[in-house]
Amino acid sequence: MKNKILPFSIFFIFIIIFIVFYRGLQNTNIYTPESKTSFEVPSVSVKLFNSDEIINTLEIFNSDKFYLLNIWSSWCVPCKQEHPILMELSQNNDLEIIGINYKDTKKNANDFLKDLGNPYDNIIFDNKGTNAIEWGAYGVPESFLINNNKIIKKYIGPLSKGSLQEIKLFIK
Amino acid sequence: MLFSVIGNYSLILGFFFGLFLFYFSAINFRNSQVLDTKILSFTFLQFFLVVISFLCLVLSFVMSDFSNETVFNNSHTTKPIFYKIAGTWGNHEGSLLLWLLVLTLFILIFLIRTKNQTVKYRVLTLVFQQIIIIGFFIFLIKTSNPFNHIYPIPTEGLGLNPILQDPALAIHPPILYLGYVGSSIIFSSVLAATTLNIISKKWASHIKKWVLSSWIFLTLGILLGSIWAYYELGWGGFWFWDPVENVSLMPWLALTTLLHCILVLEKKLILTSWVIILSISTFTLSMSGTFLVRSGILNSVHTFANDPERGLFILIFLFSLIFLSLFIFFFFHKTSKDNPGNFFLMSKETAIIINNWFMMYFLSVVLIGTIYPIFLDVLSSQKISVGPPFYHKLIIPFLIPFLLIMAIGPKLKWIKSNLEDKIYLFSLLIISILLSIFIIKNFSSNFLINTILISSALYLFFITLRDFFSKEFKNLAQNTAHFGFSLLILSILFNSLFSSEIITNLKVGQTFEDTKAKIVFESLNKKEGENYKSIIGNFIVQDSKGKIQNLSPELRIYNQPNITTSEADIKTTLLSDKFMVINIVQNQEFFNVRYQVKPFMLWIWISVILISFGGLISFVKKEYEK
Repeated sequence: MKNKILPFSIFFIFIIIFIVFYRGLQNTNIYTPESKTSFEVPSVSVKLFNSDEIINTLEIFNSDKFYLLNIWSSWCVPCKQEHPILMELSQNNDLEIIGINYKDTKKNANDFLKDLGNPYDNIIFDNKGTNAIEWGAYGVPESFLINNNKIIKKYIGPLSKGSLQEIKLFIK
Repeated sequence: MLFSVIGNYSLILGFFFGLFLFYFSAINFRNSQVLDTKILSFTFLQFFLVVISFLCLVLSFVMSDFSNETVFNNSHTTKPIFYKIAGTWGNHEGSLLLWLLVLTLFILIFLIRTKNQTVKYRVLTLVFQQIIIIGFFIFLIKTSNPFNHIYPIPTEGLGLNPILQDPALAIHPPILYLGYVGSSIIFSSVLAATTLNIISKKWASHIKKWVLSSWIFLTLGILLGSIWAYYELGWGGFWFWDPVENVSLMPWLALTTLLHCILVLEKKLILTSWVIILSISTFTLSMSGTFLVRSGILNSVHTFANDPERGLFILIFLFSLIFLSLFIFFFFHKTSKDNPGNFFLMSKETAIIINNWFMMYFLSVVLIGTIYPIFLDVLSSQKISVGPPFYHKLIIPFLIPFLLIMAIGPKLKWIKSNLEDKIYLFSLLIISILLSIFIIKNFSSNFLINTILISSALYLFFITLRDFFSKEFKNLAQNTAHFGFSLLILSILFNSLFSSEIITNLKVGQTFEDTKAKIVFESLNKKEGENYKSIIGNFIVQDSKGKIQNLSPELRIYNQPNITTSEADIKTTLLSDKFMVINIVQNQEFFNVRYQVKPFMLWIWISVILISFGGLISFVKKEYEK
């Protein structure tokens, strides 16, 4: 009897695999290797810098406000250059600035913010650099203007005076 | 035009020859004194027809005959001649024709080289192989005919995906296919042997050569793919646990395990069930690989064809083969022949069996990681991707006992033995542990696991290294392969522990500086290639020791299809690779610069070559035995 059960259960397992693969064929997709350019806010779990709390990104960008997501790091020289612009933008009440602290240590990052001021309403701690990839980021610094869960505009490299004006125009 | 017609008809003719072969085999099987000469000549003719068909496709590519749909979709007049030829198998239809070519070639070689085997066994193997061949013929003719016409004839083709225009990738598919398809012979032969109940030491010794040759090709094929991914995809690594890499790794794991089982079977008539199941799974895993990457069910670099009809065909075909082989296994296989009576704990076969279970474990981890996302997507329409952390967490801890057994196992004798020179083995272990503590001591994170891991890899390394100079040294093949494996694990470990990376965005003239290195973006050059334009960034990198290096990564913009690829600039030295790649940043003057220092990269490639060289030695030795 025992000898009969084994073959049948194996056949059964393979039939299930077959059905799953068959269903899987209905929704296939093609993909070419390239950097991600999604326009929606990705839904991923992230760790907060201040509280070590783990939350979903969608909880951060939940209101209909404008958000500026800024990827920065204490070791990144151009980040220092754009910092005054972020400080200026942080005065604006219609804009929330969210930082992603990229491949950094907490101590260095805190020192950086102590020296130059903290423009961020909230900071995501990404010491492995994996969250930044979810956003399709190329490197640091980089900023994304977000509204209603959509990425409206992507700024690669440090923010300039020009981009400052542009962001202000968007918010109005 | 003419060649397409010839190619098409020889393909159809080849299919009919397959049917004839069935008929003759059935007659020959009943009155089996000698092998019918018709069978041999028909097998040859079938192979010949596929060769003609394949050559026709190559010629259509060389002459840029755009009346052929496959050529139109994948070639272009400005493409260099080398890539026109390589383009033949750089697409779905052509690569399947290559599969078929190797399938028919291998069964021909099998028939020629097995004159001393029984006729029943040879004929039955041919029948099983013809089932596979006919399946591929139908698949090719019905759903992916490489000789479809288009009218009106276009004047220019669509071009080959530029990331595939690369020398390593041009030979990667043929080599890999020799490995994949070689496993089809093992599959057919094991089914025939099970049906006739002739699995014996003699059979094991005869099939060993096929196992070895497919294993060598599979190893080299994976290596080539990995080298290509390293410098062409610009992701800066050699293995990403991408589904496509996984589907080539799974047959490799099964085949490696099979190889070790065959070794045991050759000496002692045990593990027959292992051998049968592993032979079946090696080939079905190779086929599933084809299914998974060709049907578009997985996201990957290799997904050329996104035609559900094709996916469905392979799926049904694959499962028919699986059910057929399961049926044969359960119906014909008599387990009573195994006599596990004289099994001793301290013996070579015990060590092999333990490590086989580890291999099976690694295989199931990779299998689950690869197909779980599909299951989840179908059952709950949730999309996830399984990344490296999953594999690392599940595989790395088990590598430790695996490596230790790999070091001790070959020291044991068959059937029953005592471990000799224990003091020497023990002292080598102590040396390995001390040495790895010395290497790791500056790294605070994961101190314990890294030390143990490096110790066990070093242990295997020292033992195999010492055996090269030992007097009573017999098994060069095994020792070379195991030495290569220890070198591979060591190189991978050092590579991942001591790699460093800088990612930044720079404009021409800007400088990036931190504690590790200083990168100066000097200038930007433009260059014209045969079918692309390129932008070359010139960088000067100064590392923390003050050593200066020039690196010039390149961006290529191909004319047809209009795709940008990034060519990494890699400076290879014996101890480490300096790797730099740039990427365009849309509508900005910034370039994304990624600079990596990767130690021991060269040794990863060398060690894999050593591993397959071990297989080659064993193969050559087997040839001389006769």
